[in-house]
Amino acid sequence: MAVERIDDREIHPMENLLRMDRMPHIWCPTCGIGIAVTAFTAALEKAKIDPNMAAIVSGIGCTGRVAGYVKLDSFHTTHGRPIAFATGIKVANPKMKVIVFSGDGDLMAIGGNHFIHAARRNIDMLVVCVNNFIYAMTGGQVAPTTPLAAYATTSPYGCVEPPFNIPYIADSSGAVYVARYTALHVRRLTNALTEALNKKGFSVVEVISPCGMYYSRINRLGDGLDMMKFYHDNVEIRHGEDTKNLDIGFQTKIICGKFVDRERPSYMERYNQWLSEVKSTRKNLDAPKGAEGEG
Amino acid sequence: MKADKTGVLTGSHALTGNEACAEGALAAGCRFLGLYPIVPSIEVSKRFLQRAPEVGATFIQMEDEISALAAVIGASWTGKKSMTITSGPGLSLMMEHLGLGVMLETPCVVADIQMVGPGLGLPEHPAYGDMMQARWGSHGDYEIIALSPSSPQEMFDFTIKAFNLSERYRVPVAVMSDAYVAQLKETVVIPSAGEITIEPRRYFDGPSDSYLPFKRDEDLVPRMVDIGQGYRFHVTGLTHDDRGYPIMFEECQEYNVHPLVWKVRNYVEKIVDYQETSIDDADVVVISYGATARAAQKAVTQAREAGIKAGSLKLNTVWPFPEKKVAEVAKRVKAFVVPEMNFGQVVLEVERCSNGKTNILFLHHGDNGVEHTDGIIAAIKRASGANGVVGSTVELK
Repeated sequence: MAVERIDDREIHPMENLLRMDRMPHIWCPTCGIGIAVTAFTAALEKAKIDPNMAAIVSGIGCTGRVAGYVKLDSFHTTHGRPIAFATGIKVANPKMKVIVFSGDGDLMAIGGNHFIHAARRNIDMLVVCVNNFIYAMTGGQVAPTTPLAAYATTSPYGCVEPPFNIPYIADSSGAVYVARYTALHVRRLTNALTEALNKKGFSVVEVISPCGMYYSRINRLGDGLDMMKFYHDNVEIRHGEDTKNLDIGFQTKIICGKFVDRERPSYMERYNQWLSEVKSTRKNLDAPKGAEGEG
Repeated sequence: MKADKTGVLTGSHALTGNEACAEGALAAGCRFLGLYPIVPSIEVSKRFLQRAPEVGATFIQMEDEISALAAVIGASWTGKKSMTITSGPGLSLMMEHLGLGVMLETPCVVADIQMVGPGLGLPEHPAYGDMMQARWGSHGDYEIIALSPSSPQEMFDFTIKAFNLSERYRVPVAVMSDAYVAQLKETVVIPSAGEITIEPRRYFDGPSDSYLPFKRDEDLVPRMVDIGQGYRFHVTGLTHDDRGYPIMFEECQEYNVHPLVWKVRNYVEKIVDYQETSIDDADVVVISYGATARAAQKAVTQAREAGIKAGSLKLNTVWPFPEKKVAEVAKRVKAFVVPEMNFGQVVLEVERCSNGKTNILFLHHGDNGVEHTDGIIAAIKRASGANGVVGSTVELK
């Protein structure tokens, strides 16, 4: 099952950070996930992250396949749980730079609880959430991000549930860095990811992505290029905007930018502080005596 | 390899089963605990947390049992021996990642301090209702290893053993205890570190470009590397090839998943562990495990004193099941008595392995107290005079 290499092929500029033996990838034409991955690998280089000391974890879904294409220590885990898995990595080996790369359904529905608690704890990790407004891998079902009234295979008369505003959840749960861009904003997205990679604490970058196969087809929004044109005409960059105002309606204006950039002690900082306090006050605790004997 | 002495609290201590479990984990080299609180398992974490600073162990309380085991699997890949603890409803939530642990072949230990179920049940009361769930609870085909301690000393010993088996076979290993053994306080003798044998992780140490995460050794167990060592490997919970890349063909399912089963099945005789007492001339053999084994072994002694040729087969490992042993004993006894603190789970395995060669009396044990022997003695007496249809199972009420 090995992939044959073509000798006179062009060298991909990110080849050292991608698993070229897995190309071509599974994403559909016009999908924005590949753009998000390109921006991310560029950001890894710009942020001067040692690829040997970075781990990437994905859940399930289209974006869930990202970990499989990025040449870091990479884990393709269960649906909704990449943040929990990544938390274990970070706490067990705090030297690692930990990235979770997954989709809106994975992180906001089945994984919503892990998302808010990792933000609350301020676990030092970057979460890249690709939001295509739909469950694409399973055939276009309604997602917790599907705009009201938008069609999906499980909302044949239009979505009746209000969607999550991802930056608002991240902000109110305690994330220290929150930004949103679309797949059209490659340069801004790369910069945001670079900044977020160097940020200590729970950082969230939402990437709005076209889904030419399901979301835009079922809603008759044209193909990927039409979606890009829509982003071009309807995105407003408003850095520092109150995250409450970032709801996305059906084909309404999308506000992008960097919304949150603040300092809070990370989980490991607080943990190590607890540890040093415990060690200094050990004698006050009802703790069993340490190991003895054994030469 | 011998134990790292920083985790070994050598000496003779009065410990509860839960405390002994924590000490066993630390002695085995466990340095990461991911947990979600639930009665009656929570005291394991209390002890672990007390000891963590001096031992250099890390812990995190997660938002649920799903994430607790997910974090444990992630932590295990950093090279830290990792465990989680839980009870009843928590084990149900862990089934998702028990399966992921099997598929990613990640060494880790799950201590399940069983309580009465189903549903919310009686959290502080002992039962053994999770035995089949530990074996079959996650979807798909797999093999698992489960040990069942019957005393605080065994909580210590079996927890170490669980870590060793987990590293050796690269499967999650369950320690199936219960609220009774967990809260029981007895003397636990912790040997010196030099007397505790530790199974080292099976590492790959070749060049980074030649690492294949699922290339198997002759015994079907692949080798691990740690996160952060520069191997930049990939693993997936999907059906995968040696490289850890998903391959969505039936041939690969066979290539990937059959070894998950055979790497354990081929070594069943090495893994299974039981304790037999007075079996050679026995007419009736009581097969028991966990807390029930305490009463069962006493009942067998009392029956012997009353002149009945009774024997005891105490299962230390319940999964894999000691198929050969039970089949062999079945051929030469009048009956098996199988007391369990449930409505009949492991007895199904006894029936299967007996293959109609002997009578089986199942006894729902524990209603009058875990250590109560009357029911088991009555069953032994009835079984010793058994002339019924061979191969039938009688349920004693």
